[in-house]
Amino acid sequence: MSPHPSEAPLERRSIISGIGQSDIGRRLGRSDLDLTVQAALAAIADAGLTRDDIDGLATYPGMGAGTPGFAGPSTPEVQDALRLQLNWHDGGGEGPAQIRAVIAACIAVGAGLAKHVLVYRTVSESTAQGEGGRAGIGGSGGGGRGVPRFSGFLQWSLPFGAVSAANWIALVGQRRVHEFGLTREQLGQIALNGRRNAALNPHAVYRDPLTMADYLAARMVSTPLCLFDCDAPCDGATAVIVSHADYAGDTPHPAAHVNAVGTALRGRPSWDQFDDMTSMAARDAAASMWERTELTPADVDVAQLYDGFSVLALVWLEALGFCGRGESGPFIEDGTTIARDGSLPLNTAGGQLSGGRLHGFGLLHEAVVQLRGEGGERQVPGHPEVAAVANGGGPIAGSMLLTRHR
Amino acid sequence: MTADGPPFRLLPRLDADNRFFWTSGADGRLRFLRCRACESFVHPPAPRCPQCLSEYLTPEAVSGRGVLESFTLNVQQWVPGADPYIVAWVSIDEQSDVRLTTNLVGVEPDDVRIGMAVKVTFEHDDDVYLPLFRPAGGGA
Repeated sequence: MSPHPSEAPLERRSIISGIGQSDIGRRLGRSDLDLTVQAALAAIADAGLTRDDIDGLATYPGMGAGTPGFAGPSTPEVQDALRLQLNWHDGGGEGPAQIRAVIAACIAVGAGLAKHVLVYRTVSESTAQGEGGRAGIGGSGGGGRGVPRFSGFLQWSLPFGAVSAANWIALVGQRRVHEFGLTREQLGQIALNGRRNAALNPHAVYRDPLTMADYLAARMVSTPLCLFDCDAPCDGATAVIVSHADYAGDTPHPAAHVNAVGTALRGRPSWDQFDDMTSMAARDAAASMWERTELTPADVDVAQLYDGFSVLALVWLEALGFCGRGESGPFIEDGTTIARDGSLPLNTAGGQLSGGRLHGFGLLHEAVVQLRGEGGERQVPGHPEVAAVANGGGPIAGSMLLTRHR
Repeated sequence: MTADGPPFRLLPRLDADNRFFWTSGADGRLRFLRCRACESFVHPPAPRCPQCLSEYLTPEAVSGRGVLESFTLNVQQWVPGADPYIVAWVSIDEQSDVRLTTNLVGVEPDDVRIGMAVKVTFEHDDDVYLPLFRPAGGGA
């Protein structure tokens, strides 16, 4: 329950009133600002608003962060491009994973700082890597001299060739093999499930059928992760409008109500020092989310869980309590539980593995689509009432519970 | 194939806090900050002991022995033509919650097991001594 039992959690004053996406694809060759404006205007119209109604703006991770194509445009660029008049604005990369920007918007709306916040996440990594070559975190190539040196947490991993998130998450994966007996066939179900759903999503980047034989034959990236365990860089922007719940009756599409957010980080905030090497921050974010709601894991009808790497979806299934610690492998083993007609439909637009690396916001977008009942061919049956969204992995995690009714 | 390190190394920027750690291997010893008040080993280096907030932290040599906590064979060629190499998490025998990301070297990838005993070895690169680990078998 809420830490302050007399009051409902502040985030329940917020709804997601509108959603929008730009074109999504590989090497679109368009600027990140162009993609962002396309998604923003779609989301504003979807919410039944005009840009004059938008008084808040937020993004993750903000200006200049990360490798080329990663950050998307800064909030000043987007504000200027749309000539927004803002009462509140926020862009940053630290916090409860990518969804931190949405959570910040909920807090701003709840506090009365803004009524309608445009929140966006844009990536143009596919085009950027097409121009500049594929880069691991911290760049590629070079020797000891004449190459930038590293401070902060990166100094503890980059010297050892742990240059990509694939390496860091592979270490989590191998630890799960050791502690829980995780198999490649279990891991492969995340990739296969995503591909089956992507086949019904016209905007997904990979839609051709994928079999377990294809999966098992794929080349390794960093054991136990193969090519199909790693998501694909793409170009695309996702925007959502976070509005005050007072607006819920006036939205053209059914509003998605924010029920609870998960923001905790209680363990040490680094890959190699976190106490539990199999779960990390997802454990804490999920726990804090359930502390803020009367809903339980059994109430969740559809789950959109971060799968930038397949292992992370397993981590979230356990962290959110859909199965016990270490039990996610058997839980998904036959593929039926997480299928669209299963007890916990998972990543119904294809996730990031097949839908493309929209970096958390694609999962949020799909949760709203499913709660609205607008999933078309991929709509899960039975009018889902509660959706869980989770972003991030390792020492970075955030989550959100959305409901169809208040 | 015996695993070696990665094809290139991105090096740490040395400063007043980390210099002792990254140059410790000059005499073949691995060192961590240790709190003189509560005796905790502290890593990464910090201005105060995160356990008891004492300011009295000094580098102390450890045995160099540890346990392999997890590993991955990196196959992806971040630079063209590079051989696979093993990235590992190793905890130190003196305190099991102090871990290093490192390379496991001098071992066949098929022989690697989580829980195996490992021992530090240093690779000298410019002004840095990188602590790597190899199997501790044979009493070496």
